[in-house]
Amino acid sequence: MAYTAGVDVGSTQTKAVLINEKKEIIGKSLIDTGANVIAAAERAYEIALENADIDPRFVEYVIGTGYGRYKVTFGNRQVTEISCHGRGAVHMFPNTRTVIDMGGQDSKAIKVNEKGEILDFCMNDKCAAGTGRFLGAAAVALDIPLDELGPTALLATKPIRISTTCTVFAESEVLAWLGKGKKVEDILRGVHQSIASRSIGLLRRVGVFDEVTFTGGVAKNIGMVKSLEEGLDRKVNVGENSHFMGAIGAALFALDHVLASRQPVAAEERR
Amino acid sequence: MKEKNNAINQEIVGRGNRDGANLFRQWFQELTATAEEGKGAAYVFVMGSINEILKTFDFPVVFPEINSLQTAVRRVAGELLSEAEDYGYSPDICGYVKADVAVQLNRGKHPMGRIPKPKIAVLTNACNTYLKWAEIWERIHDCPVFTIDIPGTRADGTQTWQGHIDFENDKKYIVAQLKELITVCEKISGQKFDIDKFRETLTHANTMSANWKRLLELNTCKPAVYNALTDGTIFLGVANGFRGAEAGARYFQELVQEMEYKVANGIGTVTDEQFRLFFVGVPCYPIFRRFNEFFTDWNGVFVSSTYLWFASGGTNVGFQYDVHDPLESLAEGLLISVRDAMDSMFHQHRIVMQSVEPFHLDGVVYHPIKSCRTVSTGLADGRRHVIENVDISTLFFESDLMDKRVVSEAQMKNRVDAFFEGMTSKKQTAGRV
Repeated sequence: MAYTAGVDVGSTQTKAVLINEKKEIIGKSLIDTGANVIAAAERAYEIALENADIDPRFVEYVIGTGYGRYKVTFGNRQVTEISCHGRGAVHMFPNTRTVIDMGGQDSKAIKVNEKGEILDFCMNDKCAAGTGRFLGAAAVALDIPLDELGPTALLATKPIRISTTCTVFAESEVLAWLGKGKKVEDILRGVHQSIASRSIGLLRRVGVFDEVTFTGGVAKNIGMVKSLEEGLDRKVNVGENSHFMGAIGAALFALDHVLASRQPVAAEERR
Repeated sequence: MKEKNNAINQEIVGRGNRDGANLFRQWFQELTATAEEGKGAAYVFVMGSINEILKTFDFPVVFPEINSLQTAVRRVAGELLSEAEDYGYSPDICGYVKADVAVQLNRGKHPMGRIPKPKIAVLTNACNTYLKWAEIWERIHDCPVFTIDIPGTRADGTQTWQGHIDFENDKKYIVAQLKELITVCEKISGQKFDIDKFRETLTHANTMSANWKRLLELNTCKPAVYNALTDGTIFLGVANGFRGAEAGARYFQELVQEMEYKVANGIGTVTDEQFRLFFVGVPCYPIFRRFNEFFTDWNGVFVSSTYLWFASGGTNVGFQYDVHDPLESLAEGLLISVRDAMDSMFHQHRIVMQSVEPFHLDGVVYHPIKSCRTVSTGLADGRRHVIENVDISTLFFESDLMDKRVVSEAQMKNRVDAFFEGMTSKKQTAGRV
């Protein structure tokens, strides 16, 4: 049985996933990236190995992905997270043709074919508007834990329209609305809708094709899922492993490599 | 025999880049000497420089666009942009303009020498910023500004040609403006217009245009014999600075010889060409070498670009002036070439579509820049049109031609890598079928 791994070193969090030959996830981990990127990659991989109870000697190939992919020093190869999210999304949701990945510092819209190969993609440029960082700024301003942002936003009755697209200015706009006596949940829903609207703009650039799969750390946020579904007027696929999609894709690419590099068994040997 | 071939290789391969660099140094040395003597120059732009008339009057020519580009490549643009912004120019204004403003404020101090003040500024309407830019010199130096209004394409695909009433009227309109320019040049230079010298500059420009057109065609061969992005920028510098000059004509004759030699001997610009790319937009000069390496690291080579079309002022058309009817013919050439330069920016999808097969393209790279809305605005529409009509991979990513503050290498590399991963996968799939 071959095992492979994908290690996705993101700007905020590092994810590692181990899979077996049947493409089943047998171990995973999620830690904050922090300042030491190499150490984060190593630690995430170690935790995933412990989680799977696998000796590293049995892991045949490791692919690094994410912004810190070149810091996965123990890995065999690097693949961009754009390719990995596409591959992972189609593996988890085979009818996926459009992927929206929302991470800590960027958002990506990815158009894929039935094999998970990238047909087109589009990303936010040099600005964290429309990313998880925008939510982080709102969480700080409202003094609410990140995990509670989504559920709180869903309680809104009169969502506020957040006009700024700047992550830094978002905080002051949120404070200004608080000063005007607006409810926290209404402001938060506005924040979610503002981010969703930016991401939908990216999606429209590559074209929105069924099915749409939502990946990345922000996919855990139910408020964002609902805002995207409302904006797109369709359901989006989200699963318990959406946050790990980049690492899953990387592990799948690693498995491709392992399977392709195996020598075909000679006919005589098979007999 | 092998040694002899090596000697020929060493002499001819790379000659264009070496000679181009020498001509560039020579040009800036002459400009420095002009500035130090307290004399002025003609300030012009790449799209419609009217070098043919200005060289007839022996004006040294200054291309502020090229000066600014040089400040970015030589890594001093950041300081100049800050200086212009401190002076009051907005961060949103064209980076070329701001770097030039700082050079003007520093009395022409430039990393390649000293830039003389303008004696006259001659511009066309090919870029809307040209007009406002020239007004800055008018205010700083109190120099005359002469704008030639060249009618562009009324709507995509409606260009008219010789014999059509619209074309003929447009030509008359330009002839009248050129006559007015000649009168202004006579007054400023104190020289009488010399029609024989004018014919000579037209002849040199004809040689350059014919060879420029041939140069573009030569890169349809596999492997590509030059990189349209890096080598192309050198070629563009000479094409603009030395248009109408004997040295410019000779340079392009020899450059074509070099490229024909490389074609005949299968000498590519990269050792293992895997991906043939078309570049749309303007390069990222603050990290020019690295920007190119993003692509060459994957064995990608830029075989052509819209930049080689519009930044040569439409020389790609290869227009040949009739020296027996010089003024009318110059007007006709300007109308066709400058119009084509504008079309190369605004209707770039046409060039891309017609280049896919002859250049054996694998991908198209769209690089809009923050500095220039003129050249960048239509790129998203153009790309959409191309991908709806041709099965080709595209990359759309943004940075700037001057301002390193909006250049994010990690993000750019990420996009380029994903672009190549997609193309690799596409090639592998095609290979399996």
